[in-house]
Formats: sequence, structure tokens, C-alpha cells
Amino acid sequence: MAEEPREIWITGIGLASSLGDGVREHWKAMTDAEAGPALDVERFEPYRVHPLSDIDFSKQIPKKSDLRQMERWQRIGVYSAGLALEDAGIAGDPSLLPRTHLVVAAGSGERDTAVDSQVLDALATRADTAVLAKEILPSALRPTLFLAQLSNLLAGNISIVHKVTASSRTFMGEEMAGISAVENAVRRVAAGQAELVLVGGALNAEREDLLLGYELGCNLWANAYRPVWQRLEAGGGFIPGSAGAFLVVEAREHAEARGAKPYAEVRGIASNRARRIRPGEIRDSIDALFVEVSKGLATGPLAVLSGASGVSRPTSEELAFLDDLDTRHFAPVIRAYGSRLGHTVEAHFPLGVALAALALNRGGFYPAYDGGGEAEAPFPQASVLDRVLVTGVGHWRGEGLAVMERTSDGRA
Amino acid sequence: MMSERFMDKKGRPVVVVTGMGLVTSLGWGKQENWVALQNGRCGIKSISRFPTDGLRTTIAGTIPNRPGHTPENYSACDLSLAIAEYAAAEAVDQAGIGGAGSFPGPLIVATPPSELEWPHLRRLYLANDDKQQTGYRGLRAAARSGEFTDLARHVRFAAIADALQSRFGTLGEPLSVCTACASGSSTIQFAVEAIRRGETEASLCVGADATVHPEGLIRFSLLSALSTRNDPPQAASRPFSRSRDGFVIAEGAGALVLESYRHATARGAQPLGVVLGVGEKADCYHRTRSQPDGAAIIGAITKALEDAAVDPEDIDHINAHGTSTPENDRMEYLSLRRVFGERLSGIPITSNKSQVGHTLIAAGAVEAVIALLSLQSGIVPPTLNYRDPDPEIPLDVVANAAREVPMRTVLSNSFGFGGQNVCLVFAAEPN
Repeated sequence: MAEEPREIWITGIGLASSLGDGVREHWKAMTDAEAGPALDVERFEPYRVHPLSDIDFSKQIPKKSDLRQMERWQRIGVYSAGLALEDAGIAGDPSLLPRTHLVVAAGSGERDTAVDSQVLDALATRADTAVLAKEILPSALRPTLFLAQLSNLLAGNISIVHKVTASSRTFMGEEMAGISAVENAVRRVAAGQAELVLVGGALNAEREDLLLGYELGCNLWANAYRPVWQRLEAGGGFIPGSAGAFLVVEAREHAEARGAKPYAEVRGIASNRARRIRPGEIRDSIDALFVEVSKGLATGPLAVLSGASGVSRPTSEELAFLDDLDTRHFAPVIRAYGSRLGHTVEAHFPLGVALAALALNRGGFYPAYDGGGEAEAPFPQASVLDRVLVTGVGHWRGEGLAVMERTSDGRA
Repeated sequence: MMSERFMDKKGRPVVVVTGMGLVTSLGWGKQENWVALQNGRCGIKSISRFPTDGLRTTIAGTIPNRPGHTPENYSACDLSLAIAEYAAAEAVDQAGIGGAGSFPGPLIVATPPSELEWPHLRRLYLANDDKQQTGYRGLRAAARSGEFTDLARHVRFAAIADALQSRFGTLGEPLSVCTACASGSSTIQFAVEAIRRGETEASLCVGADATVHPEGLIRFSLLSALSTRNDPPQAASRPFSRSRDGFVIAEGAGALVLESYRHATARGAQPLGVVLGVGEKADCYHRTRSQPDGAAIIGAITKALEDAAVDPEDIDHINAHGTSTPENDRMEYLSLRRVFGERLSGIPITSNKSQVGHTLIAAGAVEAVIALLSLQSGIVPPTLNYRDPDPEIPLDVVANAAREVPMRTVLSNSFGFGGQNVCLVFAAEPN
């Protein structure tokens, strides 16, 4: 009964990050070998973050009443989702939007940290927790804030602002959320359960509460900036980056019928979750995934966009896996895009897929980001960029790989 | 060749339910729950977990303690996991599928919000002795010491799914889902889609929510969503009544083993019911309200019926979302009326939320289990407190006492903030 899976195209990309706004600005910033990352080293000292560039949200979220209802992570997401729809030629199309499915990778919304701090100070002087429920919280909490805290409200706001309504689902679980979201979109389109899916995620890294959450597991990098791979020798850790990354995933037939051109094709995607009890489990997990997604893939140079976070164990096991690819006769040319953009957690895998699609469309790869380190070799001059491996290894859990390929009839 | 009886009318694998588990304010396990549900009992009570004086709402459907299963100190994460594990174990056990700790398919979990609660924040606050570091800066300094890694599970969104995966040995990357109060139904929907794609033969679907804590209560209170009719607690949740004034927050977990009919038959498992169809439509009107014409709810119901290849005439019973808020019950009625027309007044409808409260993230899974138990037994549990029917929404409510209803096909509705609408069609037999 199983029919041949359909070809999956990326027909739209929406990006917002510390390096800019939109596909063009990102291509320019990410291919600039001399440029460095954008960092804020003071606000959350000793932690660093890659702060969102100056973005006029009203360009994609025109109604003030909508903007007022959203916290910043939602604005970033709704904004980049709008860019992706526009890029794919779907924005404002009343015949396509009700048939466009939505898949979002999200964490939880933002807390009012000023209120939290005030409550904690009050509790310190009156160790009476009843006071919390009785006197402080009811006046301190705002109903709109609660709505901004619900994980699925990024999706909800995208539906409201951009009118995407075929279906709406939100996945959670840090990096796994982004991997699950892209995989869900791709599998549904491949099987004919959907034609057109808007998928992505957003992170506001400039958040007191979010940094606290990550630091509970001691995952953050709290020293002077280093590229991802070079943090390994100093204990590891990630630098969060604000970003929104959305993709329009579309069945080839559907795209062709409406005259939409692809950036690239998603050739394969797979995910897993190693228990991470024994050393080497992550590496084995990614290795098994590679066997799955590389079936029929010609050996030779292989461009890799690595979603490595810099957190010690997953990053070193991923590097070991990549280094070992030569035993499978692949010569990996690695770029950890997080060195430039920061680790964007839920948005990170969609971001990697977007950057891969963009490079395949432009026909060139990105320069090394590791400041003269050994992990990132130059892309062989004579080679054509015709496929990219995207990796996603969660800082705590979850592994995913995608293989992207150039399409013969790409967008100009 | 695959036998035709294993395929549905659209040529897709038939998906059956072979195991179910349930924990609610009425008790632990299907048996305890089903007895209480049939007898018209209510699990809603005054909150004793924390002081409630000064709060507008002081009632909830909290999980009764069960030694050996209830964590010693309450936290949303730990109690949600405990009831999720119990329900999942009951479902896997009933299905008799896989080996010990090895389930032959993926895990899909509707997971409650992950966040630090006040006692956690307080621990961090007190641990920071550098008073120059104030606010969250001070909390982060405490976290940096590495002495609070045990708190990380509260803010990891996949923590519950991860623990369940370790226990049940499910395959691949677990999915953690949030579609607000439709999440439980979404897990079933995603499993059906995966089995139809031929990716897997089985899937473990779990919805759990145990978030009755002060802040949770106050948040919904501020949205004016909760009933304030605290006394007696059992009379607060009154779906479809004229005097309904909000929902009652509750805890619960539902788990289902979904399996291709072919796979279940091959291993000699008895199907408990069939998931005939799933339907979803997103609303784009408002963050907490439906489009006034009900278009998205109507869309979800219609898509579910189409997907199930049944006509509105085929639906014998509706397990409603029925939250007991003025808005939900009116919109649910209007939308059902559009789809079912005059016939609606002859379809027995009930809302389990009158008995167990609104289990939020878990509701879709909890109510799917109850709908399937109804289908199996031919008995619909009652909608309690239905003493003053709302004349604006005339329905055949199964009022106050369980009713015998011959059933072949049941519709279950779930709607959530953020414009989430998911509808499921269950049947006793493949069609």
C-alpha cells in the first residue's frame, strides 16, 4: 500500500537573529569570513548572549493590539514566520493559508522576573508561604502574561496574525522540539498527509528566567567568547542566541503547480534519543542516524552544518562522530553555525536546515567559524556544493540529522 | 497482500486501541474510575495542598494520595510524572505488548508546563549569600554552584517524556506535545498519523497534568475562567447548565496504546475500540475565544467525520469538551448544531469534566479513555449538576445519572486556548 514518498522542497525561509533580518542579510553576514559574532557581554554577566538585532516587528505584526499581547519570544517567532510565508509567496493568500499547516518548536513563555524578585524578597521577610497566594500573586500577575507563558501561544499568535489555520501543533523539549517539528512536517508532506507546512521556532535568549533554567543544569558558557569547538578544552557550555527560524516545507508537485521555486530538497531526516548514561552513546546514536539518512549518498566531500551547542559531552561526541566519517569515505567540511549565531535551542535545528537550504541555493558554503581551530577545514575549491548534512544534538537530550540536497531548478 | 479487513475505507491501516490507563481525581486505575464514573461520583474537593484563604476559587480535582505512587513532596513535574507512569503502565499491561521495558513504538506525551515553582525559587534565593547579587542574578549565582542540578528536571520540557521512555523503553525520539487543552487528543492524532504513514505499528500515547498549585490557580482565575462556586465543591462544575460559571481545574492522566489492527490481530490482542478518524482546525480569531460563527470548531468536527468516513447520522454519542464555562459550552453547542442539525437533540452528550474536573493538558487523553469505556460497556457516565438546563443550548445531556446507550460510534471533542481544536471519532468495530 505504501506509495513512493514525495519529494520535499523548502520553498520559503524566514530568519531573524543577532546578525540581521531576512535571508539576504543572513547570507551576507554568515559568508563574511572576517566578521565576528554579535555579543552582549554585560547585561547578564558573567554570561554572554547573542542579542537580537534591531528589528521593527511591526513590519510583520502591524496591529499594535497584537504586539501588546505578545512577549518577545512570540514576537520573534511571529515575525520570522511572516518572513517565511512572504518568501514562499503564501503571505496573505486566502486560498493557501487555510490549507497551510503549522508546526512550532517552543519552550515556555517569559516570566515577569521583576515580580518574581519582589515576591522572593517579600517571602524572605515573612516566611509565610500563605502570603504568596493571598496577598502578592493575585495583584502581581497579569492575565496577559499568563497567555504569553503558554507554549502553544506562539503558534496561536501566528494563526491570528498570519491566518495559517489548517492545523497547529507545538512540540517541546529544547533542541528535540525543533528536530521533532521539522521531522513531523517532512514526514507528513512525504506521506501526502499535508501539502504545505510552515515550521520553525523562536528563542529570546535575553531572558533572566531562561538563563536561570539552563544554568540549573550548569550548561552555560560563562567565560570570554570562544567558538563552539574551542570551548571543549575549557569545560564547555553554550552561549544562547536570540533567533527565529521558520521554513515553508512543501510537496514538490504542489510547489510546481503554483509556480514556487525551491531553495533545496530535504532528502532525509531522522532522530533518536540516547539515554546518555555511558560514554559513546550519543556518538553511536548519531552514527546510526547517519546510516539511515545517508543511504545512497555518494561518498566524498560532505558539507556539515553542525548544531553543536558547546556543551561538553554532546559536542565532543558529535565531533568524534564527524571525525570518524572518513571511515565511511566521507570527508566532512564542518561549520558550527552556533559559533556565529549562538545556540538557539528550540529554533536551532530549523535554523540549521534554513542555512543549509540557503547555501545550496546560492551554490556556496560558509567560511570557517572556529577562529583558526582545527575542526573546520576549508571547503574544497573544486567541489560543487550539492548536499549538506545538518546535525542537531541536544545539550541534554535528543539527536537528529537531516540531509539536504540541491535541486536542479532552484530559485534565482 | 494485506487483508482488506485491516484497511479502512480510504485504504489506510485501521488503528485500534489495545490498552488504556487512567488516573483522575476519582482514583487510580480504570476500574476505580469507571465504578465512580458510573455511580455519578465527583472528584472535586476543597484544596488542602496549600492555604487558599483569600482566593476566589478554593476547589480543584486533585489526585487522591496513593502510598507508593504519590511523591512525598508535591511538585507539578513529579506528580505529573507519577500519574503518567501509572496510567501508562496500566495501558501497556492491558495491551500485553512488547517485553518488559521494551515497547515496540514511539512515545507521544502531552506534557504540562515546565517551570520552577515558588519553593524551588525560594531554595535558590536562600542559597545565594552574596547580597550584591540581587534578583535573578542572585538565583543564577546559586545555580552556578552546581548544587541544584536536581531542580533542572522542572524546567526541562522533555523531562517527563524522557523518564517515561526510560521506564517503558519506547523507540526513537519521544514527542512532547503542547496544544493547550487539546494536547491529550493531539497525542492520539499524531499516533494515528504515524501508524497510517507506516512508520510504526504501535505507539504509546500519554497525557498528564498535575498543576494544582497557587500560581496555576491564580492564573486561570485572572482569566476569569474558573468557577468560584466553592461550596459545595461537587456542585461547581455544571456543563451546559444555565448557571455554569467556569471550569474547575483538575489533575489527571490518560494513556492509550494505539496499534495497527493488523499488528494487534497478529499477536492475538483484543481491540478495545477503533480510532476511526481525527480532525483538526486552527482558529485565527482570538487567543482565548473562538470565532463567533464557530468556523474552526465546525471545521475540526467535519474533518474528523470525513477522516473517519462516517456521516453525522452515524454518531451515537458525543463526549463533549464541555468545560462549564459560559463561552465554551455555548460555542460547542452552536458548532455541533451546525454539523448535526436537528438530529443533535437526539444524540446523548456528556461532559466528564462535571465528575473529574478539567484536566487541562491531559483532558483529551483522559476523556478518550472514558469515551472508549463508554463505547465498550454501552453506558454513558453522567453530566452532574444538570438541574437548570441552559435553554439557549438545548441538548440531550446525560443528566445526573449514567444512562445505557447503544453505541457504535462516538465523537470526542477537545479545544484549547491558542485556537486549538481536535476531534476524534472512536468506534466499537472497524467500519
